[in-house]
Amino acid sequence: MSSFGSLLNRIFRFYYEGFTTMSWWGKRIWIILLIKLFVIFIVLKLFFFPDFLKKNYKTDEQRSKHVLEQLTK
Amino acid sequence: MFENVDLSLVNWSRAQFALTAIYHWLFVPLTLGLSFILAIMETVYVRTGDEEWKRMTKFWMTLFGINFAIGVATGLILEFEFGTNWSNYSWFVGDIFGAPLAIEGILAFFLESTFVAVMFFGWNKVSKKAHLVSTWLVAVGASLSALWILVANGWMQNPVGMVFNPETARNEMVNFWEVLFNEVSVTKFLHSISSGFLLGSMFVVSISAYYLLKNREILLAKRSILVAGIFGFLSSLLVVYTGDISARALASAQPVKFAAFEALYEGKEKAGLVAVGLLKESDRKIGEKAVNDFVFRIEIPGFLSVMTGGSTDTFVPGIIDLINGNPERGLLSVSEKMERGRKARDLLIEFKEARKSNDTEKAEGIAALFRDKKFNDEYFRYFGYASLNKPEDAIPGVKVAFYTFHVMVMLGMLFILEFFLAIVLLFRGTLRKNRWFLWLVLFSILLPYVAGELGWMLAEMGRQPWIIQDLMPVTTAVTNVNVGSVITTFILFAVLFTVLLIAEVSIMIRQIKIGPKH
Repeated sequence: MSSFGSLLNRIFRFYYEGFTTMSWWGKRIWIILLIKLFVIFIVLKLFFFPDFLKKNYKTDEQRSKHVLEQLTK
Repeated sequence: MFENVDLSLVNWSRAQFALTAIYHWLFVPLTLGLSFILAIMETVYVRTGDEEWKRMTKFWMTLFGINFAIGVATGLILEFEFGTNWSNYSWFVGDIFGAPLAIEGILAFFLESTFVAVMFFGWNKVSKKAHLVSTWLVAVGASLSALWILVANGWMQNPVGMVFNPETARNEMVNFWEVLFNEVSVTKFLHSISSGFLLGSMFVVSISAYYLLKNREILLAKRSILVAGIFGFLSSLLVVYTGDISARALASAQPVKFAAFEALYEGKEKAGLVAVGLLKESDRKIGEKAVNDFVFRIEIPGFLSVMTGGSTDTFVPGIIDLINGNPERGLLSVSEKMERGRKARDLLIEFKEARKSNDTEKAEGIAALFRDKKFNDEYFRYFGYASLNKPEDAIPGVKVAFYTFHVMVMLGMLFILEFFLAIVLLFRGTLRKNRWFLWLVLFSILLPYVAGELGWMLAEMGRQPWIIQDLMPVTTAVTNVNVGSVITTFILFAVLFTVLLIAEVSIMIRQIKIGPKH
């Protein structure tokens, strides 16, 4: 195995052993963390927090025009 | 403009952002403070080889890990809100925010995936020194991560180092160093991280007090109080010092906020600092807004002038001077600022019209004016005032600013006393006998959280109506979305964050009850 491959293998084993030998609180925290990330990135971002300007205007020029209108109302 | 805006939308959008920020700040300061305490404890372990210090480090690291994991990514929701609920603001500041937030994102990612992993998984896999370096890098990296967020926030309080480009309707960074070393950002960063150090120290001292009250883990508790007591005492002094320089920066960048947190209406020399006071609304008014008078106050004579300019002869402008103007002191009235802001806005309207009618020469001439320093200093810096209806719209909630500031300062004084007493009693060997003191510090565990949140309320509510000082009021910044959807997400956040907080507290309490491994 090349030295780079060996390094990757060592990094993989480092994380793998770390996760598999985790204590009860660590495992519980990881479950909470994964649920939280799912809620934040999938539920909230996709369904509740679209980027208003990206969603409603196709180009940066259109977005600039819209904001300019808001600034000069 | 205010009458054209749905104020319930503005208020709900602000409430939603405030809720998210308040919850986020419950997790951040403990990470900032506890990480340094861990690093100090582990350094002692590596230098002495004493296994008890390793056991202590591992125990506090467990609590650090719970807080870190539950809190991580809660700040990202604030960025979602920028894009959805504050899109005008987000676009207007885009280039200034882009750089610091990108640096923060990259730093946080590498920090979390590399050094935090070594800290938790690497005890028997890397050398003692490599592990210690990782722990220190987590501590330093967490504070550096906070730096970039506070640079962005500092720019909102005191916008510098940019020019407005009417072509793109965005501010563009022209001087990175001016943005980075913005006086408000630097002082805000130092004040925020030192308050985090204080909070982490109080957390350790309080839980150690719990063990002493329970008569268990005596050595761990005493050594923890030794480290956190000294670190907390030094941090609490640093909080006072950075609060002082922060106030001085505010006095020049946000004088209305500065006057509001002292409820100072009439400017004067030899202005006193109110130590304690109670406000009530009087019959006097500035425009339509009532002036608050003191029911009673205890004042430190001349101290506010000293805080502002280093001498009792320094004139501290009051709210009335700042709203009505004071030509003798070179203070423009808000009416004059509104006039100047409107000139800048009219020019922007002319630019828009010129572009529509393809009058390139005129449009380029106006765009060049927006890059001109004199025009910026005299007109564009007051751009936001064009959106105000009445001069008194520029006054923040004086009672909120006054009480948040004074309760925060009183708590700060209490923390100094508690850390000092903890060290004295520990060195005298009478800490365990003074059970009243152990109960006091145990119940003080939540007080630094209260102080930190009050500090943020002062910073953000005290600068109303601005989202970007003098350039953009919150009413212009908000996205015109359905208020019902904002209320829905507000409730969603309240539920999500409360569940996370309950999870954190319950897992932590369980770990504290179990105690360190033997």
